[in-house]
Parts: sequence; structure tokens; C-alpha cells
Amino acid sequence: MFVRLVYESFRRQKRRKLLAGAAITLGVTVATAMIAVATDIGDKINRELRTIGANLVVTPQEDTLDVEIGGVNLKPPSDGAFLNEADLPKIKGTFWHNNITAFAPMLPVNATLQRDGKTENLTLLGTYFAKPVAFGKEEFSTGVRSTYPWWRVTGAWPDDSSHDVLLGERLAAKLSAKAGDSLTISRQQSRVSGILSTGGAEDDEVVAPIALAQEILGRPGAVRRVYVSALTKPEDALARRDPKSLSGPIYDRWYCSPYPQSIAFQLQEAIPHSHAEQIRQVAQNEGAVLTRIEGLIFLVTLAALFASALAVSAAMATAIFERRAEVGLMKALGAGRMAVASVFFAEATLLALIGGFVGFAAGGMLARQIGRSIFDSRISISPVLLPVILAIAVIVTFAGSAAAIRKAVGLDPVFALRGEL
Amino acid sequence: MSAGATHVGQPHSAKDVAASRAQSLHTSMFVRMLLRAAVLRRGRAASALFAMVVAASVATAMLNLYVDVQAKLRREFRNYGANIILVGKGGASLPEGALAQASSVIAGRGVVAPFALVVARTSDGQPIVVAGTDFERVRQLDRWWSVSNWPSTPQQALVGVRAMSVVSPKNQAFDLEFQGHTIHVAPAGTVQTGAAEDSRVYLALPDFVSWTGVQPSTIEVAATGSPEEIAGIMHQLEQAIPGADVRPVRQIMEGEARVLGKTRATLLAAAALIILTAALCVLSTLMGWVFDRRRDFAIMKALGASDRLLNGFFAAEAAALGATGALIGFVLGVGIAAWIGRVNFHAAVMPRFSILPVVLAGSMVVTLISAILPISLLRRVQPAVILRGE
Repeated sequence: MFVRLVYESFRRQKRRKLLAGAAITLGVTVATAMIAVATDIGDKINRELRTIGANLVVTPQEDTLDVEIGGVNLKPPSDGAFLNEADLPKIKGTFWHNNITAFAPMLPVNATLQRDGKTENLTLLGTYFAKPVAFGKEEFSTGVRSTYPWWRVTGAWPDDSSHDVLLGERLAAKLSAKAGDSLTISRQQSRVSGILSTGGAEDDEVVAPIALAQEILGRPGAVRRVYVSALTKPEDALARRDPKSLSGPIYDRWYCSPYPQSIAFQLQEAIPHSHAEQIRQVAQNEGAVLTRIEGLIFLVTLAALFASALAVSAAMATAIFERRAEVGLMKALGAGRMAVASVFFAEATLLALIGGFVGFAAGGMLARQIGRSIFDSRISISPVLLPVILAIAVIVTFAGSAAAIRKAVGLDPVFALRGEL
Repeated sequence: MSAGATHVGQPHSAKDVAASRAQSLHTSMFVRMLLRAAVLRRGRAASALFAMVVAASVATAMLNLYVDVQAKLRREFRNYGANIILVGKGGASLPEGALAQASSVIAGRGVVAPFALVVARTSDGQPIVVAGTDFERVRQLDRWWSVSNWPSTPQQALVGVRAMSVVSPKNQAFDLEFQGHTIHVAPAGTVQTGAAEDSRVYLALPDFVSWTGVQPSTIEVAATGSPEEIAGIMHQLEQAIPGADVRPVRQIMEGEARVLGKTRATLLAAAALIILTAALCVLSTLMGWVFDRRRDFAIMKALGASDRLLNGFFAAEAAALGATGALIGFVLGVGIAAWIGRVNFHAAVMPRFSILPVVLAGSMVVTLISAILPISLLRRVQPAVILRGE
């Protein structure tokens, strides 16, 4: 009898059930999409923040002081210690290799440029543009095109295995050189593949594949420093502690959190004789920006959950209120409070489960759409969330119906049937 | 709060509507029916009003945040330091008074800090970059500098962590020599940034100028405002200081624009979803409320009320509810936005009164739709059928 009541209620009141079901579906859709966006927003914004540049730098342990002003190096070039280029792929072998989006080695050398019989002293910066690097079975491409996305090139980016170079725009204007010109730089023949504009010191420099800089310096495999772009977690009290002072489990937690400090620590372990640290301008501020945006979206998600809970409750309350006459009839025929309530709760559960399933799927698609149109990347929702979302849908539907059901159960059948309430 | 009280504030619009249609006797009846309807069915009216208030407050809060979040996040981005750099043309020093001119152009719209750089030698002949600057300004401009102790008196230096081991390994006072002139300074503290600053020694600008005779070659500016405002500031700086190259710090500007754009787009999507949900919540509650009153409707019709009067009656009721809900919701929403601002950005989100008409109009539209829809369904039904409860 109970099952038949519920079944017939769904069969005969299709319109009403559809309305309530639609409200639940919509509520769950919005809630699912917002939860998916909120859990992924940190990662997405973190990637956007990487456009500001590398947040970690690796230097030789025994490094001498940099003596450079405005990008011009005033120190004898062979002075000081170097890192070994062969060690760089090990960066991708660290615990946090998935968080390291890119790295670029730098080797600034002093060079002379002959052109039209004149000799010009300048800085040549050797680096990777988009060099394919292999670590174990993993192949990836890295270089300044990923670490410094704001660098603009008129012409073409040089190939990392060639002798082509980029000329900084102010230097190019001074030399009145353009893309395609041939140059002799410190007795090396090379070709200008493009003009580089960065808004920084590089505008006065020549940027070349690192092999060319190493040849000019006469030290194959030498790297002065490595800039690393990593997705990090905002710093907290634990992050600032000295790893040497931490004990067992706390040390593990520190080591296994992607703080700028712990990634720097692991880079130092991976590359022999190196010293890694955060570039505070980038690393510190991105933590602040990230915290703010995550906090904002979290609060907005709460608002979305609240609004959808309310919408579901309102729809359920209306749906039950409209069925007073039915309640009156059931009670007149001798149904107890429990019997009436259980019919309604069973219906609510059924509606919540159906709405929850459909809403979860729709919300997943909505989140994906938001990810694609705003961030050009996927926002996926893990299936683990499905039971949680279903549970929330059932609870909210129950909560929304509870007041209306209590009122319906308390109705005097006489009044209810006469429609006087 | 009784729903009746909320209707008291609204009889003017209802009066106006009615006055154009009916004589004074009918007018007072019209108003009385509006008020009594709300008072007698207090519970239902209150739940409809509650839904309206929630929807309006959520919409207000979201719109307020959407408008204000850009300004709030820009402030966070100013912590990245300079977004404009002034350098002397062709590597020369900046003309004298450039700092004062730059400061007067910025005038409260940001922070300006001068930098002068030379390569000096330590007492054992090592070259080292020494910079002269204004510590008070740098403190505001470059907040990420991790400084153990800022210099406060003349002849004190701020030493980079890596320079420290070269010039003053035992934290003792040291000499610096530049073109035959020597200065004796004491380290006040160390600075750590992970960048070029770590290898430098920073002196106060007066000390630096009297020692080297070199004027600042760079002025860093952290200007606040939208991209257009910053472009305007750059133009003004170019005009005011012709001897300087004014350059944007592109990575900061581009990164800022990207992150702000994406955050705003996400917020807009969230706001649209939330407002849609809230509007549908109002729609379903109100439609239920109006459906519920089909008996009133049938009796009025049976007593000879015209379709126009009935429409006017329910529309006026819906409009009154919408307006009341929107006003209360606006106040609440401004409160919510301000709270989010305080919790998340540590600065209040200012109420935008330009949002009020939008929220008001939106609420009226939603309530009118949810009143007119059931009415147009009921109109086709004979009053006798409704009154018999079928």
C-alpha cells in the first residue's frame, strides 16, 4: 500500500513532481559546479600567477657576489662558481616535479659584437627557449617561453640547437639591426632570428641559446643560475620554520607540502653544490593574492550552497502545502501521523536522489564549461563527491520539507478536506 | 516583523495605480484588501517576503562584490612593487628634482622610491654594488623585502644577505671606496629577497650622494588604479620629466590583468548562477502563494470585479512585496558584502547605491512574473469551479 501510494503520487502528479524535481536538480547543479570551481580555483589562479615569472632561483653554493647594474655585468665572466647543465633534468626528478611548471637556466657572459667595422661591448644571455629535456622516460620542453610569458618576439624564436640569437629591442634600435641580419659575436657567426621586447634589462642584451654563451665563455656545461616556476602553497607558520629544527612527522609534513621553502629545499638536494631560494617578490605576493581569491570564492560558494538549499526547501514546502486535501483524506481514512509523514519523506528522498544524480552530472558539465571558457583548461569533479552531494541533497530536501510535513501531519482532517486552511 | 507592517510603507504606489482607475471609495477598499490579505495570511506572506529578501540580499552582495573585487585585488597586486620604472635616457642620471616631480605627479596615487647605483670596492678590493635610496619609501614600495632591522640613523647601511659575508662577516662597521672617496658605515641589518638585492649594500640617499656625488638613476613607481589610469600616470610622468625613459613593468601589469580578469569572470559566473537560483526560489514560493489564494480570486470575480481590477490587485500586491523585499534585501546584501570584504580583504566593500535600482527592478520583474503567471491560468477557470474546490 505504502509503495503504491508513493508510486501513484509520482504517476499522477507529474507536473508537480517535475517542478519540485527541477528545483532540486537546479540546486544540486549550482552547488556541484561551485564546489568544483572552488576546489580547483587555487590551482587555476596559481597557473595564471606564473605569468609573473619564476618564483624560485637556484644558484651555485659558493657563489660570488653579483656585480651588475641594470643587467650589465661588471665582473670578470669566468669568475665565480657554476652549476652543471647536465644536473638540470634532475629538477624533474624531485618529489614535487608535477608542481614545477618550467625552468630556465641563465648564463650571462660579456661579449663583443662586430658590425660595420665597429665593436660593441654587450651582455649575452645564454638560456633555453623551449628546449626538449628528458628525465628518465619523461620528456618535456622548458625554457624562457614558459617561465617568462610576457617576453615578446618580433620575428621567430631561435632554435635551442642553433646559433640564432634574439636582440633586445633597445640594442636593436641602437645597432639598427633587424630580424634576419647576420652578426659576429665574439668571433661566433650568428643570425638574428627576432627582436625581443621584455620591458626589462634584456632589452639591452643579446639572448642566445645557452650553448653559444658556453662557447664564448669557454666553459661547456656551465650555468650561472636556474629560474624555476613552481606551483606553490601560500606560506604559513609551518612553512617558515627551519627544516633542521623539525622532528619526524612535522618534518615529513613540511617536506610534503608544496611551500616555496620546501620545494627550494628539494631543488637544493637534487642539484649538487647548489643553493635554492624563493624570489620573495614573486613567491610572497602570490601567496597573498592566492589566499584572497580562494577565500573569496569559498565565501561565494557558501552563498551558492545557501541559495540552492533555500530554493530546494521552498519548492518542497510549496509542493507539500498544495496537498493538504490529500493529507486530510489519508487521516480521515485512519492514517496515523507516522504513516502520513513517511509517505512524504519517502517521496522527498526519491526526488532528492533523482535530482541529485541529474544535478551532479549537470553540475559537472557546467563546471567543465566554466573551466573551458574562463581558464582554457578542465575543471573536473571527482566522483568521490557524488555520495557527499547526494547526502547533502537528501538532507536539504528533508530539512526543506520538515516544516511543511509537520504542519501537514498536524492538520485537522475536517478543515483540510473543506479546504479552510 | 509582521508582513502587514511592511506593506504600510507601500500604499502610495498602489494608491496611484488604483486612483487612476477607480473612485475614492474603491481606492480605500483596494488598499484595505491589499493590507488585510497580507495580515490575515501572515505565515504565507512572510515566507514569500523571506524568499524575496534572501534573493535580493544575495543578488546585492554578489553585484557589490563583483564591482568592488577589482579594486580590492589591485591593492593586493600593488604589493608586488613597482609597475612603472623611470630611468635616465641613455643610462644617464635622472635630472635633479625628478623625484620631487614624480612625487607630485603621483600625489597619493601610489609610492615613489629613488635608487642610485654605483660599483664600489670593499677594503680588500672586491667590487660590490652600492645603492642609495630612501628607506622609508622602499619600505612601502617593496614590502616583500625581508629585513632584519631597517637603518634609522645616518652612516648606517642595509646589507644584502650575500653581501654581508663579504663586507662585514662579523657584523662590524666597514669601509667602502668609490673613486678615491671612502665612507665608513655600520650595518644596521640585512635584507633578503632572493634577487639582486641580496648582493648589494643600501645606504640612505643623502649619505650616498655626499659620498659619490651620483644622483639617482632610477625611480620606481607603484601606481594604483585601472590600466587606463596607469597609462595616464605614465603619460603625465613623461610630460613632467622629459629627461627620463618611462617604462611599464610588463610582467606585473600583465599578470595582474590576467588574474583580475579570470577572477572577475569566475565571480560573474558564480553571481549569475546564484542570482538565477535565488530568482527561481522566489518564483516558486510566490507562485505557490498566489495559487493558494485562488478562493479570494474567485470570490472577487464572482462579486463582479473586472479582469483589469484583478490583475491590478495582484500586480500591486506583487510589486509591493518585490519592492519591500528588495529594500530589506539590499540593506542585508550590503552588510554581507561588507562582511566578506572585512573577512577576506581586511577592508570594507563600499555599498554601491547604483546597484539598488537594478536589484529593485529585478525583484519587481520576478515578483510580477510569479504573480501574473498563475493569474492568467486562473482567469480561464469559472469562479464557481474554484469555489467548489475543484
